[in-house]
Amino acid sequence: MAEQSLSPETRIVVLGAGHAGGSIAGFLRQFGYPGIITLVGDEPIAPYHRPPLSKAWLKGEADAASLALRPASFYEEQKVELLLSRSATAIDRTAKTVTLSDGTTLPYDILVIATGARARRLPIPGADLAGVLELRNAEDAEKLKQAIGPGKRLAVVGGGYVGLEVAASARALGAEAVVIEREARVLARVACAELSNFFQTYHGGKGVSFELNAGVEGFVGTDGHIAGVRLSDGRVIACDAAVVGIGAIPNDEIAGAAGLALDAGILVDADARTSDPSIFAIGDVTRRPLSHYQRLHRLESVPNALEQAKQAASAIMGRPRPAPEVPWFWSDQYDLKLQIAGIPFDADRIIVRGDRDAAKFAVFHLKGDRIVAVEAVNAPPEFMAGKMFIGNAKPIDIDKLGNDSVSMKEVAA
Amino acid sequence: MAKITYIEHNGTPHEVDVKAGLSVMEGAVKNNIPGIDGDCGGACACATCHVYVDDAWRDKVGTPEDLEKSMLEFAENVEESSRLSCQIVVSDALDGLVVRMPESQH
Repeated sequence: MAEQSLSPETRIVVLGAGHAGGSIAGFLRQFGYPGIITLVGDEPIAPYHRPPLSKAWLKGEADAASLALRPASFYEEQKVELLLSRSATAIDRTAKTVTLSDGTTLPYDILVIATGARARRLPIPGADLAGVLELRNAEDAEKLKQAIGPGKRLAVVGGGYVGLEVAASARALGAEAVVIEREARVLARVACAELSNFFQTYHGGKGVSFELNAGVEGFVGTDGHIAGVRLSDGRVIACDAAVVGIGAIPNDEIAGAAGLALDAGILVDADARTSDPSIFAIGDVTRRPLSHYQRLHRLESVPNALEQAKQAASAIMGRPRPAPEVPWFWSDQYDLKLQIAGIPFDADRIIVRGDRDAAKFAVFHLKGDRIVAVEAVNAPPEFMAGKMFIGNAKPIDIDKLGNDSVSMKEVAA
Repeated sequence: MAKITYIEHNGTPHEVDVKAGLSVMEGAVKNNIPGIDGDCGGACACATCHVYVDDAWRDKVGTPEDLEKSMLEFAENVEESSRLSCQIVVSDALDGLVVRMPESQH
């Protein structure tokens, strides 16, 4: 759709008021979109930052106002209609309407699906006990916040980023934390063994205990409230609350029901357009092309939500497609600042720079003489330079990269 | 409260009031000013809030700390006046501040 066909009467409906949905409303107005924007969200609050939920917010260092993506006045000033506490139940692509959970029907000219992902649940006995928690939204975070404090014991099921961040926050609040992980190491699905070992040791030093290679059979409770996690070897890990962080599932069901092409996520092109030219999809719910890796992938990150929001807004407004971004991620745990750029697809070697004992190092993943990913702990120059090299796909001098006495500036020169 | 002027790379100025205590990045995002994305929400992790501080304001704004400096070292189009705007805290002393945006933010 080109800009010329957009009028003040054009209707864009955005399903999902997370980071992606909230951001595209802003980009559309920045780019001069003249029509109607309706943002539909199933939570009772306007779009907010999710990453702090497991970190600053949990520790009480951030309040609701600082979490908000935009101030309340933004929606009025920018003429963005917010329909909160409701979700879409169906899309009629022929009539170009969406039906909402409150029974109303909204017409659209362009639809943007930004329904995100939900926490994967464990289908095991006791999963419905009070105190068995997940962390995806502000309401989850509030429950978790109530459950952790001095002397409380928290079981973290799943040693991924969310789990480790929660464990770190729990320790900061004086709670005990035990991380239960099915694999032999934490971060097994998302980081290299080098990094896993470092994080596990660091958490251990902060008093977090680990159960690795541990299957979870069920949650046991008294009076409807969790009292422990039963492992597959029969042991019960006593706790006051458990948080389950074992990955996320894309909320792509209504897109699938409407006949849009899916592949564990809504398939989109480099403009974030779905198989229906009038429908875009952005954020965690999509499977998208990664131009730096010549493949499709589903990313769960704020930078991805923003990039796709910008892609879709540009396509809608007939602007040139923004330059492709290198996927990147970050995590804060204790005084560790982890920054990751790229994804180590087909990497054939690892180069470590820096000092693990000083908690300042980076793991570079290479394919031949090209960097494909970097995991940097308290090492912003390595992260930034690595991201640049992934972006321009230039070969790197491996000897220099592996030599700590050569500065990153010189390596990149 | 401080009046801050954000000037896009194409020269378009945006003059807004920003509450003391917020960062210059937050002031831009809250007012939907194009060109400052602030991907990481102010964690000094991404360099998507890069600005050039107007020469008249550089002393008052001050210089970056080590973390910010090392992020800036590898950002694009860096100049002597470059700062990450998420690390500049707005105060009454910055009333009238002018910042300009680079061509792109990565």
